[in-house]
Amino acid sequence: MRKQFIRTTEEVMAKDERLVVLLGDIGVFGFRNAFQQFPQRIYNIGICEQAMTGMAAGLSKEGLVPVVHSIAPFVVERCLEQLKVDFCYQKLGGNIVSVGGSYDYAALGCTHHCPGDVALLKALPGLEIVVPGTPQEYDQLFRASYANGRLTYFRLSERSNPQSFDVEFGRAKIIQQGKRATVVAVGTALAPTLAATQDLDVTVLYYTTVTPFDGDTLKQHSASGKIILVEPFYTGTLAADIHAAMGSTAVAIETIGVPHRFLTNYGHAEEHDEAIGLTAANIRQRVQGFIHG
Amino acid sequence: MNSSLNHLKRQAITATMVNKEGHLPSAFSILDIVWTIYDRVLRYDAQNPKSDDRDRFILSKGHGSLALYTVLAEKGFFPASELNQYCTLKSRLGGHPDHNKVPGIEASTGSLGHGLPFGVGVAMALRIRKVDRRVFVVVGDGECNEGSVWEAALLAAHHQLSNLTCIVDYNHSTDRALNMGDMAAKFSAFGWAATTINGHDHAAIESALRTRDPQKPTAIIAETIKGHGVKQMENNPAWHHRCPSKEEMETMFQDLT
Repeated sequence: MRKQFIRTTEEVMAKDERLVVLLGDIGVFGFRNAFQQFPQRIYNIGICEQAMTGMAAGLSKEGLVPVVHSIAPFVVERCLEQLKVDFCYQKLGGNIVSVGGSYDYAALGCTHHCPGDVALLKALPGLEIVVPGTPQEYDQLFRASYANGRLTYFRLSERSNPQSFDVEFGRAKIIQQGKRATVVAVGTALAPTLAATQDLDVTVLYYTTVTPFDGDTLKQHSASGKIILVEPFYTGTLAADIHAAMGSTAVAIETIGVPHRFLTNYGHAEEHDEAIGLTAANIRQRVQGFIHG
Repeated sequence: MNSSLNHLKRQAITATMVNKEGHLPSAFSILDIVWTIYDRVLRYDAQNPKSDDRDRFILSKGHGSLALYTVLAEKGFFPASELNQYCTLKSRLGGHPDHNKVPGIEASTGSLGHGLPFGVGVAMALRIRKVDRRVFVVVGDGECNEGSVWEAALLAAHHQLSNLTCIVDYNHSTDRALNMGDMAAKFSAFGWAATTINGHDHAAIESALRTRDPQKPTAIIAETIKGHGVKQMENNPAWHHRCPSKEEMETMFQDLT
């Protein structure tokens, strides 16, 4: 997804003179062409995410469209108040593009993990959250929303689903329909979800925009009253959105995702998937248990 | 040398007396600075406050909002009668300024350490857009405890934002917590053109504001008195967030005639 981020950004920069890129001293080599082509509109800001975020809001105030980029904990947790005050409270638009997601950089330890980004950002009124599952989906979603006047967080991963879908900003995609339950899969959690459920009589809804949450599609495709939420970040992050979408309709919710604790082991992201159960085998077992429970 | 902005101070005191909210000493610390900026240096059109041909003023120490509100009202951005609704439920004028509500406010501030990074972005944007206008940011000395101020200082110098001027309201209220020492030396060390002035001397303020380095951002360290002009308030921490009674207001007014 990182390569696609660069490709998409450079293409949009060529067409839209308002786009300005601020890098937190990562991705600089990847953007070497942009530095040559648009020296006035791309900056390696250095390692100062608070000022970088405030500065981006200042650019936005003057009609430019900022794209801020660094590793997830540094553009979310380090500067949460700048996102709240400088962008959201002031109703200024822009784009925060993170990499690293939950534990993509597993070997680097918990300072570089960020499974709490979506939960934290959902607390900021007006902020949009996009979780693409593939590079192509990122390209579609960024082009659809980058200049919509609101702050949009794009959560990129080092990993990608094997198949892209024709996704639409703000809308869930119906991947398959069934009667026994509805599985809500977010971003890169779709791959193990589909591997687990393709032969099961369940509906699978694919969410690449989680805020605003497409409650209509869920409400229309959850007659079973059983909803399984599969998230690549802290488990249950979207449970309140599901409750809000279902209103007074009785619903049972099962959640599968990253447990709310520090994952202090190193290794590879796939090993953490195994350890916490974000695998096709575990999802299948949990879905079957939920259906028959 | 002393200013004659007593009518604005009386307006601010009245607003806090009526509505029981406000940071008067912080406002009086910067009133001469804000007044001089708007009266003598800043390019603006009060009837068209979003004109692209304006200079931008950002009050980063938003709790000094009464200084900015009284000056904006005096300069015609909104009726001075609104000051008496200060901080009431439906008022546009809150304890900290909101750019989505108040004409002439460039940034919504309150939490400290936000205005200078924001101003760096505005100054950078003006340069990208080839708009030859200036950006002025007022920060407090206590606010300069925040690391984000110094991140912004590094960025402004590195990117040679000569269209940016930061005025530090050095009223020494932070000395009891974290002594900031020689602020001009600090900004100079960060690559700014820095000068120290008497922050209540309008001629000195104007001269410093008009001075612009061709390459560096400018820092003006304004030595000020918190609560300036009201004897019982001057350098008295008890008044930081206190509102006067009617009787206290009358006593204060005697200092302001």
